[in-house]
Amino acid sequence: MFFSLAAVEVGAHLYWEIGGLVVHGQVMLITWLVLAIILTLAILGTSKLEQVPKGLQNFLEAVYEYVSGIAKDQIGEYHYRPWVPFVGTLFLFIFVANWLGALVPWKLIKLEEGELAAPTNDINTTVALSLLTSISYFYAGFKEKGLGFFARYISPTPIFLPINILEDFSKPLSLSFRLFGNILADEIVVSVLCLLVPLFIPLPVMVLGLFASSVQALVFSTLAAAYIGESIE
Amino acid sequence: MNPIISAASVIAAGLAIGLSAIGPGIGQGTAAAQAVEGLARQPEAEGKIRGTLLLSLAFMESLTIYGLVVALCLLFANPFAG
Repeated sequence: MFFSLAAVEVGAHLYWEIGGLVVHGQVMLITWLVLAIILTLAILGTSKLEQVPKGLQNFLEAVYEYVSGIAKDQIGEYHYRPWVPFVGTLFLFIFVANWLGALVPWKLIKLEEGELAAPTNDINTTVALSLLTSISYFYAGFKEKGLGFFARYISPTPIFLPINILEDFSKPLSLSFRLFGNILADEIVVSVLCLLVPLFIPLPVMVLGLFASSVQALVFSTLAAAYIGESIE
Repeated sequence: MNPIISAASVIAAGLAIGLSAIGPGIGQGTAAAQAVEGLARQPEAEGKIRGTLLLSLAFMESLTIYGLVVALCLLFANPFAG
């Protein structure tokens, strides 16, 4: 029985065909669940606003302060406000997705193929998130400086032109690989340990996985904010 | 699958992880050592040092993770499997 809890299926997906597109069903399901959780919390916490916050509203205000602190540290006092929603969405989505994948024993729910897990252990999700980051730092740069944005490609000297162009490709690549690799590695380590010793031994590794996945959410949003701040400066 | 290709893939996956763990290992050691030194000199800056250390450790960790992604590609999604 423990072995069935531990088995990991890399590369097996529940395929759905929607209008000629093939999507990974298990990723979509958990993504919707993550969205539902965040939306429910946000709506419940902000429906009855009080002057002196308590309970859920207090918690949400702390979350907002944390998230806007990430944006403020990287983008700077003057420009950070319009970017708080984007950076905050990245942080909250990745954080809730990672923890949902690590905390809930999804293996108990049987699918025809593939298994339910954190949506961030599918490379498509992380590539989408990092491409969004790329688009938004280009947008931020163009909005702030117009065509002067291109001056950064030849910024210390024109010799750096190829490296600067390459950087635009390596940024989303490294962002997406980092998140994908970390989450998948956590799941594989936990399942391999479960295979070797099914009881108690994997617990510390699971706790380490929880910690690592929250750090990854922080790293992803910090880097996204840093890229945006870099192109605004 | 061609046995030579599968053997080479497994060896390459092991090498990818092992080699990509060397550099970040040294780097993380240096970073942690410097952080401890900073803590010994200025214990009141603990919170800030810890935050910065964890963030930079995560960056170094990601280099190993790139190796891991390559290894996973070789093991589970080998493009040469045919």
